[in-house]
Amino acid sequence: MKLTGAQILWESLVREGVTDVFGYPGGAILPAYDAMLAYPIRHVLVRHEQGATHMADGYARATGKVGVAIATSGPGATNMVTGIATAMMDSSAIVCITGQVGSKLIGSDAFQETDITGITLPITKHNYLVTSAEDVAPAVLEAFAVARGGRPGPVLVDITKDAQQGSSEVDWAAAEPHLSEAYDEALPGDGDARDAIELITAAERPLILAGHGVMLSGAERQIIELAERAQIPIAVTLLGLGGVPASHPLNLGMMGMHGEAWVNNAIQEADLLIALGMRFDDRVTGNLKTYAPTAKKIHVDIDRAELNKNVRVDVGIAKDLREALDEWLPLVKPGDRAAWLSRIDSLKGDSAVRDIQNLPDDGHLYAAHVINDIWRLTKGEALVVTDVGQHQMWEAQYYKHNRPRSLITSGGLGTMGFALPAAIGAKIACPGAEVWVIVGDGGFQMTCPELATVVQEHLDINIAIINNGFLGMVRQWQEFFYDKRYAATPIGGPNFAKLADAFGIAATTVTKRGEVAGAVEAARRLKRAALIDFQVEQEDSVYPMVPAGADLHKMIRRPSPIVETAAD
Amino acid sequence: MLHTFAVYVDNKPGVLNRVASLFRRRAFNIESLTVGHTETPGVSRMTVVVDTDEYGARRLEAHLYRLVPCRRVDNITTAPSISRDLALIKVAATGNARTHVMQLVDVYRARIVDVSPESLVIETTGTEDKIDSLVEVLRPYGVIEMVRTGRVAMARGTTPVRPIAPRVPPRAAPDVSGDVGNCSV
Ligand SMILES: Cc1ncc(C[n+]2csc(CCOP(=O)(O)OP(=O)(O)O)c2C)c(N)n1
Repeated sequence: MKLTGAQILWESLVREGVTDVFGYPGGAILPAYDAMLAYPIRHVLVRHEQGATHMADGYARATGKVGVAIATSGPGATNMVTGIATAMMDSSAIVCITGQVGSKLIGSDAFQETDITGITLPITKHNYLVTSAEDVAPAVLEAFAVARGGRPGPVLVDITKDAQQGSSEVDWAAAEPHLSEAYDEALPGDGDARDAIELITAAERPLILAGHGVMLSGAERQIIELAERAQIPIAVTLLGLGGVPASHPLNLGMMGMHGEAWVNNAIQEADLLIALGMRFDDRVTGNLKTYAPTAKKIHVDIDRAELNKNVRVDVGIAKDLREALDEWLPLVKPGDRAAWLSRIDSLKGDSAVRDIQNLPDDGHLYAAHVINDIWRLTKGEALVVTDVGQHQMWEAQYYKHNRPRSLITSGGLGTMGFALPAAIGAKIACPGAEVWVIVGDGGFQMTCPELATVVQEHLDINIAIINNGFLGMVRQWQEFFYDKRYAATPIGGPNFAKLADAFGIAATTVTKRGEVAGAVEAARRLKRAALIDFQVEQEDSVYPMVPAGADLHKMIRRPSPIVETAAD
Repeated sequence: MLHTFAVYVDNKPGVLNRVASLFRRRAFNIESLTVGHTETPGVSRMTVVVDTDEYGARRLEAHLYRLVPCRRVDNITTAPSISRDLALIKVAATGNARTHVMQLVDVYRARIVDVSPESLVIETTGTEDKIDSLVEVLRPYGVIEMVRTGRVAMARGTTPVRPIAPRVPPRAAPDVSGDVGNCSV
C-alpha cells in the first residue's frame, strides 16, 4: 500500500515510540500537519519555534527518550537554531522536523526557503534533506538512531513539500537504520580498566568528577558503588547534579566557577581525578595551566573527541560510562581514605559561616532563601527547571537534588529563555512530577508567551520568578570587574502577577521572607499553573566565584559578615 | 607537524561540506584535501593533510568518526607510504627558452601535454617537493598559470589496511530510566 510522505513521517514517528511532539505549522509543513490528525500523537502548539526545541529538549532530559520538534521552512526553521545549539552543547537527544519548499524550488530563493541543513550543520549531530517520499522513512528512522546513539544530540530532518505530498511504498525492514561500526572501535592508545584501577589503587587523594554522562548512560548505581568501595569523594558538575544524591556522605557538591570552595580546593589538592562523563569545560576548570597541578587524570567519555581536549589525561577511555564502570567494579579494591576525607572536611573551614542560609534573618528577601524554602517545602523531590543567570547558580547551590534528571538547566550554551519551555516539555513527559520553574526576570521575558501554551495544555507547573530588577549575573560581573558601571543591566518589566493573570494563571507577588512559605504552599496545592513573583535583593551576588580564566582556588568569597548593598 | 589522513566516506551529497565544516569549526588548518572514488562503489576516499600535534591528530580522527557518513579514518603519517601530487604548469616559452624548458621537462621526467606558439603546458606527478622544485626552475621563464591537485597518499605494501567499516544496526540505547516523581519512562 502506498503512503504519502507525510503519512510515512508520522508512521515512522509512531514506530519510534513518539507520543508527543512540539510544533508550529506553516505552508511548507502543511501536508505533514494535515496527515497528523490520523495518528495517536499529542501535538503541543507552541508560541515560538525556539520554544518547541526547548520543550523537546526538556522532554528528552526528563526521560531519556528522544524529544521531537516540528516547524515550517524559513523563519520556522531558523527560529529553532538556538534550541538546537542548546541541545547540542548539553548532549540532549532531539529530532527536529522542518518543512522545506518543493525540491524543484530549492536554490531559487523561493518564498520561505532557507538552507536549514547548511545553517545547522555545525550544531547538529547530523541532518538530512529529504526530497522524495521514499526517502522519508529511512531518514527519520536513522535520525532517531543517531540522536540517541553514542553521545546523544540533536538531529534535523528537512523534508520538501513535494516529498510530503508524493507517495511511495515502504519496506519497513529495509528502512531500518544502519550506522558505521567504526565509531565504537577501540583505537591504539586507548586506556583500559586495568590502567584505571592501577591509578585508583595507588592514589591517596583521589576525587571523582561526575558529569551529565552519569545520567545519560544510567550509571548512577555504579558510580556510588565505586565511590563507596574505594572511599573516593565525588564532586559534580552543574549538569551532573542529581546523578549522585546530594545527601550522600561522599558527595561533596558542585565544582567550578560557582562551586563550593572546598570542592575546588579539593580538586587542586587531589593526586588523582577520575572524570566520569564530564568534559572539563572552562567553567569547571578555570585556568588550565594551574588546574589540579598534582593530579593524575583518568577520563571516561563516550565521545573520544573529548579526551585530551582541554586537559591532558593519563588514562583516556572512550566508552559508555556504565559499561566502563561495570568492567572496573569487580577489580576495585576496598580503600581507606580517612586522612583525605578529613582533610576535605577541614577545607570546609568557614564556608558555613559565609553561607547566606546561616546569616541572621534581617527581613530582607534573598534569592537563596527563596530557593532554600522551595527545596524544603517540596522535600527536594520536585523536578526543577532553571533558566540562566544568578538564580540558576543559587538553585544549584541551595536545591539539593537527590534524584537523577530532577534538575534541567542549560549548561553548555547558557540559553536564557530556556526554563519555561523546557519545563513544559518536562511536564508533558512526566505528568505526575511536581515541576518548578526557577527563572530570572530577564530570561522570563524572553519566552513568557509560552504561558499561553501552559494554559492551553492545562499544565500544572509552578513558576518562581527571582525578580531582582537586573540582568543579575551580568550586573554581578559589572560589579566585580567593571567598577559597577551598570551598562544595560537594569531591566524593567511588566507586573508579572498581572501578566500571569491575563494569561489565566494564578499569581502572587512576594516581597518578604515571611511570605515565601505560604506562597509556595499555595502554588503547590493549586491543581493548575501558578506563578510567584519573588522580589528579591537587587544587588546580591553569587559566591564563591572563580573569575573567568582565573586559578580554580582563587575564588571571590562572600564578605563575612554580609555587607548590605541595598537600602531597606 | 603535518599529519596525513586517508578518510573513507559515503559518496553522498554534502559530505565534502561536512568534512570541511568540521575542520573550520574545530579550527584545524587544512594544508591539502583531495577527494575521489575508491575501489568500493558508493565510497569516496579523501586524503587530508593537516598541521597539528599528536593530540590534535587523535582528536581530529575522533571528530571525523562522529560524522555519520564516515566509514574509516587511517592516519598514515608514520606508515611507509607513497604520496603524490599532480600539477599542470603553463610556461611562456618561445625561441631559445622553449628548448631550455623542454630540457628541464626531461630532467624532471615531466611531460609536455599542450603546445602553442607562445606557451607549453607541462604535466607532472610526484612528491610535492619534486613539483615545487620544478616550479622554481621554470619560474624564470614565466609561469602563466598552474594548477595542482593536492596530495593523494597510500600506504606501501600489503600492510593490513583496515577495511571500510560495515554499516550495522545501531546498538540499543542504554536503559536510563530516571526516577522523577511519577515519571515512568
Ligand atoms: C540568550 C542569552 N542572552 C544573553 C545572555 C547573557 N546573560 C547571561 S546571564 C544574564 C542575566 C540574566 O538575568 P536574569 O534572567 O534576570 O537572571 P539573574 O541573573 O538576575 O538571576 C545574561 C544577560 C545569555 N546567557 N543568553
